[in-house]
Amino acid sequence: MENVPVQEPVLSTVRPAAKKTIFTKLKRDKWLYLLLFPGALYFLVFKYVPMWGILIAFQDYQPYLGFFGSHWVGVDNFKNFFMNPDFFRLLKNTLILSAYNIFFFFPAPIILALLLNEVRKAVFKKTVQTLIYVPHFMSMVIVASITYVFFTTEGGIVSELVSHLFGRQIDFLTSLTWFRPLIVMQTIWKETGWGTILFLAALAGVDAQLYEAAIVDGAGRWRQLWNITLPSIRSTIVILLILRMGASLDNGFEQIFLMTNALNRQVADVFDTYVYSVGITQGSFSYSTAVGLFKAIVGVVLIFGSNFLARKSGESGIF
Amino acid sequence: MRTNTVGGRMFDIINYILLSVFAIVTVIPFIYVIAGSFATSTELASRAFFLIPKTFSLNAYQYIFSTDTLFKSGLVSVYVTVVGTVVNLLFTTTMAYALSRRHLIGRNTVLNLVVFSMVFGGGMIPTFLVVKGLGMLDSLWAMIIPGAINAFNLIIIKNFFQELPPSLLESASIDGCTDLGIFWRIVLPLSKPVLATFALFYAVGHWNDFFSALLYINDSAKWPLQVILQQFVMMSQGTIGDASSMDPTFVKPPDQSVKMAVIVVSSIPIMLVYPWLQKYFVKGVMVGAVKG
Repeated sequence: MENVPVQEPVLSTVRPAAKKTIFTKLKRDKWLYLLLFPGALYFLVFKYVPMWGILIAFQDYQPYLGFFGSHWVGVDNFKNFFMNPDFFRLLKNTLILSAYNIFFFFPAPIILALLLNEVRKAVFKKTVQTLIYVPHFMSMVIVASITYVFFTTEGGIVSELVSHLFGRQIDFLTSLTWFRPLIVMQTIWKETGWGTILFLAALAGVDAQLYEAAIVDGAGRWRQLWNITLPSIRSTIVILLILRMGASLDNGFEQIFLMTNALNRQVADVFDTYVYSVGITQGSFSYSTAVGLFKAIVGVVLIFGSNFLARKSGESGIF
Repeated sequence: MRTNTVGGRMFDIINYILLSVFAIVTVIPFIYVIAGSFATSTELASRAFFLIPKTFSLNAYQYIFSTDTLFKSGLVSVYVTVVGTVVNLLFTTTMAYALSRRHLIGRNTVLNLVVFSMVFGGGMIPTFLVVKGLGMLDSLWAMIIPGAINAFNLIIIKNFFQELPPSLLESASIDGCTDLGIFWRIVLPLSKPVLATFALFYAVGHWNDFFSALLYINDSAKWPLQVILQQFVMMSQGTIGDASSMDPTFVKPPDQSVKMAVIVVSSIPIMLVYPWLQKYFVKGVMVGAVKG
């Protein structure tokens, strides 16, 4: 229903308004352009100038020479990156972490929402919701700090418990095997509760008559859950799964960065943290921009690709 | 409406247990951290796990406030949050209002450019070089201006403005009100609840922001609380700030309780606004889901 044109008064037989030139329109809207200006300038400077700045990926950019003085090197930076063993390590780490997230984290809010949806006591439901939303608002630094406090070998409660039960100490924070489970556990703890909101909204829209009919037909609670509730949120699940898969290369910079240390770097490094350490810390601007550009392009392809797949399978997709 | 069979009751009981366990597991780490920050060092070392300390001590807090590092970084965080949110609202609402007027020439071009910037961007390094080129490195503005507008919020606010009754805007313009006047006197006052929601969105983002400071701020005097917390807990720096400026008679509490105290201090503001957060954010998520 949008874009319904405003009806012009019928009695105006002569319509001078239609003859308005572009110039008078621009003049009429001068205040609107003034309001538009700061925002437009922002997008120009902080979104579009950096896009143009991507060109340094094809240069040997030197800060003292500047953008115009630096040498053009073609696709050398990309060649170096693809031939570098780092490339496969990063790709592997990134994709494994995303797979962990999709398998272990993605179903969690759906299950929790289904459980919450079955609760009849409003007070209980509200209380649970109030508690499980809390971690979402805490910064990643706080989440990582709490993880450190719990898992450190110097008096951390979890590692003390483990050494008590199994007789040996595990250094979770620097372990190669425990890095990924820790990340996924953090995500589950922080975002599961919050993730239920969209599913709960979808569940609220399910027609109550369906349940009544099912009960008449003798369906139990499990059967109702499986045959009515779950199918009714199918498209929400699919859309969120598409978005998640489209973002497979985004692992969340802050979380990974905060959990990385000298000992677990081998499995911890992903594209974003690599760009940071090579670009900002070591100052290889051109090379790291090439890495970032590679990631951005594959990201766009993934988003459109997964959206295309969803539409093919009969869902509405996001575009 | 649902039958009260034995199976149904079992289902309910298991469900309530599962949900209670999940809710408790979610909040226990917070309670443990708060309890640990007030416990004495002997208790923290001897008792395996507790949610209510038997002993009570403020040593950890006295210790972290014995230098003004934490206090100063708190001020930085407050400044960035307050000024940053004002800048966010100013930039976002002005642009959203201009884009909400359908007759504006060039409106669609700008909107398309905004949407494109949500899918593809220059990335970390080119953006860093722009901020550096503008001379903003090591300035508090670097934590404010580069994130002045969130494109997603912009579009939601624009959609909201579009749904205000057009007759209201028309009658104001017939009465001789300029677009600027309409924006300030009619559109903004009508949108107060929405603006409050987005102010919260932006403010929490600023308070929790670690990335901008990491990227743009080298000067430790300008570090926000999040960076100090990271330095303190993760870098395992035993002392905050200048150790020599501390009272030599002071007994240093164990690292764990001090770390817990820093965590508590940096999460207090979020805890204080949590009731509003929960109320407005749930609404905000739904607005985005329906119209985004």
